[in-house]
Amino acid sequence: MPDELFNSFMTGPDENGRFGDFGGRFVSETLMPLILELERQYEHAKTDQSFWDEMQDLWTHYVGRPSPLYFAERLTEHLGGAKVYLKRDELNHTGAHKINNVLGQIILARRMGKKRIIAETGAGQHGVATATVCAKFGLQCVVYMGAHDVERQAPNVFRMRLLGAEVVPVTSGRGTLKDAMNDALRDWVTNVRDTFYCIGTVAGPHPYPAMVRDFQAIIGKEAKEQMQAAEGRLPDTLVAAIGGGSNAMGLFYPFLDDKDVQIIGVEAGGKGVDVEMQHCASLTGGRPGVLHGNRTYLLQDDDGQILEGFSISAGLDYPGIGPEHSWLHDIGRAEYVAITDAEALEAFQLCCAMEGIIPALEPSHALAHVTKIAPELPRDHIICMNMCGRGDKDIFTVAKALGIDMNG
Amino acid sequence: MTRIDDTFAALRSEGRRAFVAYVMAGDPDYARSLQLVKGLPGAGVDIIELGLPFTDPMADGGTIQLAGQRALEAGMTLQKTLQLAREFRAEDSTTPLVLMGYYNPIYSRGVDKFLHDAKQAGIDGLIIVDLPPEEDHELCLPAQEAGLNFIRLATPTTDDARLPTVLTNTSGFVYYVSITGITGSAAPKAPEVAPEVARIKARTDLPVVIGFGIRTPEAAREMAAAADGCVVGSAIVSEMAEGKPVEEILAFVSRLAEGAHGA
Repeated sequence: MPDELFNSFMTGPDENGRFGDFGGRFVSETLMPLILELERQYEHAKTDQSFWDEMQDLWTHYVGRPSPLYFAERLTEHLGGAKVYLKRDELNHTGAHKINNVLGQIILARRMGKKRIIAETGAGQHGVATATVCAKFGLQCVVYMGAHDVERQAPNVFRMRLLGAEVVPVTSGRGTLKDAMNDALRDWVTNVRDTFYCIGTVAGPHPYPAMVRDFQAIIGKEAKEQMQAAEGRLPDTLVAAIGGGSNAMGLFYPFLDDKDVQIIGVEAGGKGVDVEMQHCASLTGGRPGVLHGNRTYLLQDDDGQILEGFSISAGLDYPGIGPEHSWLHDIGRAEYVAITDAEALEAFQLCCAMEGIIPALEPSHALAHVTKIAPELPRDHIICMNMCGRGDKDIFTVAKALGIDMNG
Repeated sequence: MTRIDDTFAALRSEGRRAFVAYVMAGDPDYARSLQLVKGLPGAGVDIIELGLPFTDPMADGGTIQLAGQRALEAGMTLQKTLQLAREFRAEDSTTPLVLMGYYNPIYSRGVDKFLHDAKQAGIDGLIIVDLPPEEDHELCLPAQEAGLNFIRLATPTTDDARLPTVLTNTSGFVYYVSITGITGSAAPKAPEVAPEVARIKARTDLPVVIGFGIRTPEAAREMAAAADGCVVGSAIVSEMAEGKPVEEILAFVSRLAEGAHGA
């Protein structure tokens, strides 16, 4: 085996869906034949040029890719250190990176002859993206969303309904994203023959973590080329926010073997990582466990019961993280840090004022970390941050957090 | 031979079908749960499935999920579930106890420690819903090594090509999931289930027991007749959810058992 292959960080997962000890296929027998069939179909599509041609066409004409790589000049000056570039995936159709992956899965679902699409959603961005692509292709769409999230993300709920999706508020458990995922899995177990489960992040049973990563990797591939064009070299540091971790995996993956590129994932620290059930930092504050089909770092108690996370950002409010991130964390290829709600809110406002970009609360976490490290770095250091979503959906949450009455 | 093997051998020699009852350990609290479990053999239950509470029971319906939540809120844990088994076993040395649940509490405890404790507590078998054959090295193989049965679910989606994979490393009995769905949902139809059971029995000598969606003594009779026995879970757990006295629940269990044994 050639050295460069032997040392590659890009060969995972193995045939059992493992990234080191993480990942796997921890699902009930009813679902096992389905995920094996999905894996076969995906493996076939992956090497089928016509599949990628269809993706590329839609990425270009429907989503608006490539998304720009933007030099945040005023922000860079303000921070007084490293050059900050933003990968503008918030400019995609539907306002976030989520649609990159949804297109891939829906094209696959169509190839598999599935007519009914189900999805789970937290902040609503994945739900909106799924509802959008289903509308485009005339497919039935059912979105499971925690009752608590239905309340705090009302604009996205209305968007999904406008797009013809049925939004099912989930009240089982505590009515959050993980419960929405439980109910989506229950739906899939019940409607196995005609239904395709479109998972929104790089988690779940194999092949989802690898498949979603591959669809999101367009972010990193573009960023690599665009950085070459802008600076004639690779960035020094990549920064991205992590809930389940799909936008981060999409940016990181094409750079994994560029060993001089430092990789930083930013988890939601909520009210502080040292406060139990007040944060969503699975890697910083959790330990390995098995949930939703994969082994990964989870927020859990001493008995192995899953804990609820907390974050001002509904999109980061998940007690787990994609298994590939757990692996990158354990082998030390990527570094993972936590940012609190307060820090994210501050970065949110800074970005609005400095760059005229209203960021979603999710990338505001990444930006908050950028504002911490950039001032300490030399001016020729290049940071590339994934601006994975726009903040229109979050203005009500932010207003509330800032004590502003929008009805007043 | 485990207690499960002995039980099926005895039932077979008497020409009877097995009645398996599922209850959630610690629902609504430790004391009443223990009282119910202790009363099950007297109510005609041949094998007890003891639910291990978990926050995220993906393959279960609302009834079992709420039972798990009640148990957890009352302070139930894996260790207390094994303690409950131990207390039951001190008075009953023959009725098989099967622990049914999800992998994470076991993984969190540590597989070796768990198997040691479970064996000591008098547990005879495990049904771990989220461990398919593809993950056998996690718990299935160590469990069999430790002398515990590992009971696998076969489902309507388990086709002929896959069936041998599912049956390999299965012991005690095969749990046939009668429907594609979650526990406590739509009732299965005997004419659809019978050929599926025959399909499984053509490939294994293990007893086949049918579960999911069986709620009445009549359904218990019909389903047990189609196989070597049947399981009732959600219907019993619902009685607990309604706050009925344990004696009343056991009377309902007796009627279900009579149904299954009348097959």
